[in-house]
Amino acid sequence: MSVKKVHDNQPKEFKFSDENLKKAEEILKRYPEKNKKSAVMPLLYLAQRQNGNWIPLAAMKFIANYLAMPYISVYEVATFYTMYNLAPVGKHFIQVCTTTPCLLRGADKIVKLCKENISQNENEISKKGNCSWMEVECLGACVSAPMVQINDDYYEDLDEKSTKEILISLINDKPLKPGSYRGRKNTSPEKILISNGGKHA
Amino acid sequence: MGENMLKKENRIFKNLYNEFGWDIENSLKRDDWKDTKNLINKGREWIINEVKTSELRGRGGAGFSTGLKWSFAPKEVGSRPHYLVINADESEPGTCKDRDILRFEPQKLIEGCLIAGYTVNAHVCYIYIRGEYLNEGKRLQEAIDQAYAKNFLGKNACGSGWDFDIHIHYGAGAYICGEETALLESIEGNKGQPRLKPPFPALVGLYGCPTIVNNVETVAVVPTILRRGGKWFASIGRPKNTGTKIFCISGNVNAPCNVEEEMGIPLKDLIEKHAGGVVGGWDNLQAVIPGGSSMPLLPKKVCDTLTMDFDSLIENKSGLGTAGIVVINKDQDIVECMARIARFYKHESCGQCTPCREGSGWMWRILDRVVKRKATFSDIDLLSDVTKQIEGHTICAFGEGSAWPVQGLLRHFRKEVESRCREEPLIKKKLNNPYLVDQHLLENKNA
Repeated sequence: MSVKKVHDNQPKEFKFSDENLKKAEEILKRYPEKNKKSAVMPLLYLAQRQNGNWIPLAAMKFIANYLAMPYISVYEVATFYTMYNLAPVGKHFIQVCTTTPCLLRGADKIVKLCKENISQNENEISKKGNCSWMEVECLGACVSAPMVQINDDYYEDLDEKSTKEILISLINDKPLKPGSYRGRKNTSPEKILISNGGKHA
Repeated sequence: MGENMLKKENRIFKNLYNEFGWDIENSLKRDDWKDTKNLINKGREWIINEVKTSELRGRGGAGFSTGLKWSFAPKEVGSRPHYLVINADESEPGTCKDRDILRFEPQKLIEGCLIAGYTVNAHVCYIYIRGEYLNEGKRLQEAIDQAYAKNFLGKNACGSGWDFDIHIHYGAGAYICGEETALLESIEGNKGQPRLKPPFPALVGLYGCPTIVNNVETVAVVPTILRRGGKWFASIGRPKNTGTKIFCISGNVNAPCNVEEEMGIPLKDLIEKHAGGVVGGWDNLQAVIPGGSSMPLLPKKVCDTLTMDFDSLIENKSGLGTAGIVVINKDQDIVECMARIARFYKHESCGQCTPCREGSGWMWRILDRVVKRKATFSDIDLLSDVTKQIEGHTICAFGEGSAWPVQGLLRHFRKEVESRCREEPLIKKKLNNPYLVDQHLLENKNA
């Protein structure tokens, strides 16, 4: 189990924007009428997007009211799932996969680069630029290891050089493109000429 | 190319690398949605029999017969509607096959959903995608919209007379939601904690209604099986281990990749012919995790002759799982690799059953001590004991999933583990091991 801390500085109020209220109505249509509660996860995502990528307690209260469910149930869901951020994260939020398949190909070096370039500690907003990073468990792109997720996008097939370029581009607020950084087509096998290979990070 | 290589005409996922375009027009050229109406009109009995003939086994890890699972759904719809739920919560370390199906072969999945939905009497299907696959989910939604535009979904879907709707539900980063009952809890808007079985979801599932839960790859191969016949699928591989399978080969290989191959292909062929060989050559191989992180690892000696299918891996005290192959060469510290997997399970335990919640942390802390060379010989027996205390004492299979990799390590690399341990010190110091906390996340040593 993981520990999640709720942010100390909480805004007093939260309301869905008109646009998100419309989206919320659309979401509710996906589920049977008496099972409105099912919408809690998509609505938490909406709240997270509206509030700069983190969910304040006021948003949980708002959603609880909106779905007519107890506040504690919303709180349970928001704290159980790791993708709901309960404290502010950087505008560029870097999630480094460090589970074994990525570790085998040098994820620890990527963590080191994040420490050097972004911030010494996880979940700490960088002094330069508006970035933060954290280690996460398997992101499901194991044949493209090592890889990181930056906001919604996957950056794959990294090595130290490309990672550093990506991190610097984030600090300068001009993010590079996602995808493979060895120029391969998705998850296809590459033609490898050297037998002792090992081009990865 | 060896004789075990899958023939081109037998490949099901022709667009696995998106060489031909993922959109519906290109999918139609690859024979998706061909004759779907006629297939459905042949009736439920015929579909289930054909799937049974194909001996298709679920691709999500457990390897349960798909035809049999579908036959468990009540024949008549009673007062409760039936649901079809697709498990696209691919989170098992080493596995990334469903991602490519969602991105590049979405119509195969959507067509499979319609056929499966009709077969189990479901008008509504939820596809549960892990939250991190946001872009893949958007792609799938586009593909679903394209299918609606062609009337392949919705009222009288594909002219079959069956009404069918598909909705996407995103997870939010919980591995446990890949367990089918935890997944249903998650769709219902709860924490993803597995339910006791029985009752099985086929009778009491989503919202208390009969529900069939299938993996993405399982459902996506069904249309091709029906079009080409169950016998065709059964002719690939060997009895009870039939058909093609997407293997994900990651770790210390020269060309990590996803590849569709025949069930039962030798592991060595898979690694050498598709993945460019082990980094440093085959002799530099240390171990392989054959089926995603929860399956016990196998040392090189076994890998030399291993064939990749359900039953041959069970004979070797491992499992095919999701066919996520993680290759570990001799340059790696095997204990550190497994300690990282133990940390994964500690992080992902849902916390419902005590043996798993507490035990996964114990296993990680002991392995971490071994890596740091602070463990004693008695720790190894303790570790072995903890794995036995977890296994079989939890609501869901996550307990086994966390205990098996550690058991595999002790089975095949006990000497390696022992070489890092020392005798119990005569004067004992208090170890001050932190308890039940993500210590790697915390600055304070004993928070």
